[in-house]
Amino acid sequence: MKIADTAHNEGPSAFAQAAELELRKVSKRYPGQREPAIRELSLTVPAGEVCVLVGPSGSGKTTAMRLINRMIPITSGDILLGGRSVLEREPRQLRREIGYVIQQVGLFPHLSVGENIATVPRLLGWPKERIAARVHELLELIGLDPQEMNGRYPAQLSGGQRQRVGVARALAADPPLMLMDEPFGAIDPINRARLQDEFLGLQEKVKKTVVFVTHDIDEAIKMGDRIAILREGGVLAQYDTPREILTHPADEFVARFVGADRGLKRLALTKVAELKLAEPNGSRPDPGADVVRRVSPETSVRDALSLMLTEGGEPLTVVDADGRVEGLLTLGVIEQLLSDEAEEPAPDAAQPQPERTR
Amino acid sequence: MTPAVLAAAGPVIPNFAAQSSSCEIHNRLFCTGWISRNWGPVLWPALREHIVLALVAVAIGFVIAMALAVAAHRFAWLERPTTLVTTILYTIPALALFELLAAPVGLNVFSAEIALVSYTLLILFRNILAGLRAVPADVLDAAEGVGMSQTQTLLRVELPLALPAIVAGLRIAVVTIIALATIVYVVYDRGLGVPIHTALGEGPFKTELIAAGVLAIGLALLADGLLVIAQRLLTPWARAS
Repeated sequence: MKIADTAHNEGPSAFAQAAELELRKVSKRYPGQREPAIRELSLTVPAGEVCVLVGPSGSGKTTAMRLINRMIPITSGDILLGGRSVLEREPRQLRREIGYVIQQVGLFPHLSVGENIATVPRLLGWPKERIAARVHELLELIGLDPQEMNGRYPAQLSGGQRQRVGVARALAADPPLMLMDEPFGAIDPINRARLQDEFLGLQEKVKKTVVFVTHDIDEAIKMGDRIAILREGGVLAQYDTPREILTHPADEFVARFVGADRGLKRLALTKVAELKLAEPNGSRPDPGADVVRRVSPETSVRDALSLMLTEGGEPLTVVDADGRVEGLLTLGVIEQLLSDEAEEPAPDAAQPQPERTR
Repeated sequence: MTPAVLAAAGPVIPNFAAQSSSCEIHNRLFCTGWISRNWGPVLWPALREHIVLALVAVAIGFVIAMALAVAAHRFAWLERPTTLVTTILYTIPALALFELLAAPVGLNVFSAEIALVSYTLLILFRNILAGLRAVPADVLDAAEGVGMSQTQTLLRVELPLALPAIVAGLRIAVVTIIALATIVYVVYDRGLGVPIHTALGEGPFKTELIAAGVLAIGLALLADGLLVIAQRLLTPWARAS
């Protein structure tokens, strides 16, 4: 059993192998309703990737997520987790192997932070010492001081801390899959951005397969390795990487859904370091007055462009952490990026066309 | 009896004439001498019996009400008939209920307890059910999502979170039953109702009436206080905010 495999080695190495998730023509029709809530949804999430389900309300994204851990019964089709149908599994056993995070967090108010995190390991009957070690490890992983936070009750935490504890509870038993339903939806924008960054950092370490539901396309672009855009009636409109969706939206609906500013959103996906910069005028940045016109290579192209526009369209000097000039960022450089991306073939039009010639 | 007749009959202190002080002979408000002589033979046994009567009634009532509330929590249609029946029981005048029970059940502890238990049901049922239903939806969703069974959710999540409401119901029930148990003497001559009845019937003899009455009130307040303390100990999370 997978659970037993991780029994002896605590620490980052203890994380169970993430599993591939495959939805095969999954449909959900509620009794007494003519139209299905989910219509023949098929998609595969490779192990260790974040798949964001996004769409307007009524698109069935939360329904789709809850079909996976069988909190909503499937009408037809199949869902495979690690190659094995979830329909063969006892639902409660299945859920204990799938991390579950919801917007309102749903921490148990009468249990301490430590006891909340220990919920699934306890249901699985882990020995006490192993549970204690795991709770300690997870508190450190989410950046909460174990000594201080272990005994607190949820009512004594801030919204952000509660959400972190919710994620830790979902991670407690090393699930190969995590389901997250608008996990940061109830958090103010500044803390939301921080929690998103934290989660991405965490995901770097734990490498879970994640199904992440949101209605916010910007969050989808930021969090997703792949994005599944659903339209009303639970129809999959497009399933692709964020870059592909922004560059080659499959249809009108997707183009409208990602927004008129999709060009700018695309720029947000690229870092200045990835651009072919123009030659600098000198080897050292102009001292003093030019300080505002410098950017680090780690800045997103979108933010750099914004700065450039603020500075009247003047080129920016790209300076690395050691103060070395890497090049000049001009409007021309950004134009080049956009025209390069526009000419990349869309994946469904991916005919054998290895070398593009101009 | 009118006061005039009483006066003509003279002091009416039964059984203790030989030891009676002048306080008792003149039936003054409160005679400490009577208390000290009668604590052992009369008051303490009555108080002990009273505690047992009330404890047994609340305990049995709690078990029944808990079962009914858990069932009504799972099957919502059970709430109406249960509420109806327990409400009817609750509205029957206590004396009438004792009389009703006396014929089939007899003048014994069973009549007493059946009546007392029936008065706890409505209060406890309603409070337990309200407590179970007040558990936030997101908490229940999380419980299901982490793979708890219905029984695990009930025992580990719903009942602990319903504790404040349950204790609130217990407090009302306990105070009600301690008061009500003073008329149990009608079918079963135990409890603080016995000295109260004696004091009323024979005089009234003020000292005995006051002593037994104060014991009943004190017992109710003490039980209420103990429940408050118990709740604070059982729900440390409720104060954390």
